[in-house]
Amino acid sequence: MKAALVGNPNAGKTSVFNLLTGLNQKVGNYPGITVDKKWGHFNYQGTDVELLDLPGLYSIYPKSQDEEVVFQVLRQKDHRDHPDLVIVVMDATNLERNLFLATQILDLGIPTLLIANMIDLMDKDQVGVNLEKLSELLGGVPLVPFNARTGQDLALLKSALLEVPLEVMPSPHTQEFMNLEEWNTGRQEEAALGEARYKRIRQILSFCQPLPRKRSVRHQKWDQILTHPVWGYLIFLSLLALIFQTIFAWSEVPMNLIDTVFLTLSQWTQATLPNGPLTDLISQGLIPGLGGVMIFIPQIALLFGFIFVLEETGYMARVVFITDRLMRPFGLNGRSIVPLISGVACAIPAVMATRTIDHWKERLITIMVVPLMSCSARLPVYTLLIALVVPDVSWGIFNLKGMVLMALYLVGFVAALFSALLFKWILKTKEKSFLVMELPDYKTPRWSNLGITMLEKCKIFVWEAGKVILAISVILWILASYGPGDQMASAIAKIPVPTESAQQADYQQQVKSVALEHSYIGIAGKWIEPAIKPLGYNWQIGISLITSFVAREVFVGSMATIYSVGETFENDQTLLERMSHQRNGLGKPVYTLASGISLMLFYAFAMQCMSTLAVVRRETKSWKWPLIQLVYMTALAYISALIAFNLLN
Amino acid sequence: MTLDQVSNSSKSYIVRQIKKGPLTTKLIDMGLFPGKEIRLLFKAPFGDPIAIDVQGYTLSLRREEAALISIE
Repeated sequence: MKAALVGNPNAGKTSVFNLLTGLNQKVGNYPGITVDKKWGHFNYQGTDVELLDLPGLYSIYPKSQDEEVVFQVLRQKDHRDHPDLVIVVMDATNLERNLFLATQILDLGIPTLLIANMIDLMDKDQVGVNLEKLSELLGGVPLVPFNARTGQDLALLKSALLEVPLEVMPSPHTQEFMNLEEWNTGRQEEAALGEARYKRIRQILSFCQPLPRKRSVRHQKWDQILTHPVWGYLIFLSLLALIFQTIFAWSEVPMNLIDTVFLTLSQWTQATLPNGPLTDLISQGLIPGLGGVMIFIPQIALLFGFIFVLEETGYMARVVFITDRLMRPFGLNGRSIVPLISGVACAIPAVMATRTIDHWKERLITIMVVPLMSCSARLPVYTLLIALVVPDVSWGIFNLKGMVLMALYLVGFVAALFSALLFKWILKTKEKSFLVMELPDYKTPRWSNLGITMLEKCKIFVWEAGKVILAISVILWILASYGPGDQMASAIAKIPVPTESAQQADYQQQVKSVALEHSYIGIAGKWIEPAIKPLGYNWQIGISLITSFVAREVFVGSMATIYSVGETFENDQTLLERMSHQRNGLGKPVYTLASGISLMLFYAFAMQCMSTLAVVRRETKSWKWPLIQLVYMTALAYISALIAFNLLN
Repeated sequence: MTLDQVSNSSKSYIVRQIKKGPLTTKLIDMGLFPGKEIRLLFKAPFGDPIAIDVQGYTLSLRREEAALISIE
């Protein structure tokens, strides 16, 4: 049997879904649009039920992509996801508005089961709705009280589900949905129909709800603090600081672990399998590529864990409420603030977190500018370069090195805001920006849902973006390991093979360095040298810029490989010392304040992360936007690096 | 008067009419139909958006949207 779950946001639909299906969940996409499709299975007394979790919404009149999906699935009998019956989850403490959607579904003429969720809160409010009477007045529709918070009486819910009669009498109002083929016309007619529907609901409720609920204003104290002009922002900023601290602290160990596991696996494969190009491909291309996908999982899981808690408690809606006015001038809205700031950790979960922005243009702008926020992968690059070129000067508690680092973060944020402004001017849309948002009651999060949400986000990333990331990293590996003709082999042959085993390690280092130099990427790095010379870079940096496309922090590793040989090569020199001794053709140092700042600005702005591009493609459903992002960010990086180099040089 | 002009949070108002436009249906869907009793709860810093009590739940909307709602 196929069933579909429908309900208002915050009515507890996801909890019901999780209770029914547990871990038997899948996520995917509706073809061609950016709406996640979630479905699961459960078996009750021999009947297998496939349960589709439709997006939360207030009305099925299609005004957004989410609503469009629900409307199509429910109305078109031949839709491949069309269910045999619909379960409508209602918030029992606010039946009037929840019945608006519920009666629309009933009028569609699909077998329906109504769930009055949060029945415990309804009892607490002493609203005292006569649910039997309500069911009767709605035409004998099965209606079960439920408490998704505790999951009590789940078996009753399941058996009620199987008892829903699959034959329904056509509702006298079914006509409303049959006539309107073109939904973009007749908007005013819709408004009139909505009014009439509410009148009908009020009439029904007047028979079964003796005291209409006066809002008990349960949490106004909290609202006063959390939306306060001073405290509101202070609390939000401190919470963010705490969250990022935790993400960095908690993700470090699992990330190192993933790194080690894949490194070991790679070495093991190399040692076990027979030598040859296939083994190299597996051990050096495929396995590190997989590792490169998995390495993001701790940050994605943690960030979405925190976002889940913020959403579930009801706090996120307050954040949107107090930041909306500030973000609006930049073509963003209150929902953009969390993705934008999450970009400081990693652009990947940040881009995935833009799902909550229902206005397409504002969502797109947020996606486009998020990667300008300095993510954690840029930090190793900044640290290396700052140590290399920024003089160690202090004024009181202010250290120049620290201030440069702070300035880089700031410059990323400012660039994000101004790029947003630019996109606001360029992108045209018919949709009007609006904010009509429920501020849900504060609740303690349902922890059982936390793990499921984190798992779901990681699955989406691994299955949908992971494939592209893996493919690109394998290609990049091939380009970095092979070169045209026998250039690479002959260059390696020129290195004197050491006789003593003590020098074996040095020899291996030199081979690596020469191999990279003569690979396709090495050649490309040299080839772009004329283009990057005005920025103060040489071909060594060119190579590192290209290899950084795997992940920005690879810059440090590439630099280490390239500079493992050189004229001033000495064994015990650190990478930092080697880099500081580099001279250009005129005998001047390569890494000066000017070229260093120029390089740091380049890293701050350039789109050098294929994983982000893969996620942006997934979220926008086309290569168009990631390509635009690649071009505009690289252009911004190039121009600002050029200006900086020429000003400082 | 319209909802965006309200500054008194102790007084209740009745929704009279929603101005015709692209948001009419959305606002009605959210329960702001003529005859509904509403009350201002609080405002965000800078006075925008605002939060109102829609008899049963709290709704936030921008001043721009509040201006579409005539009340009495």
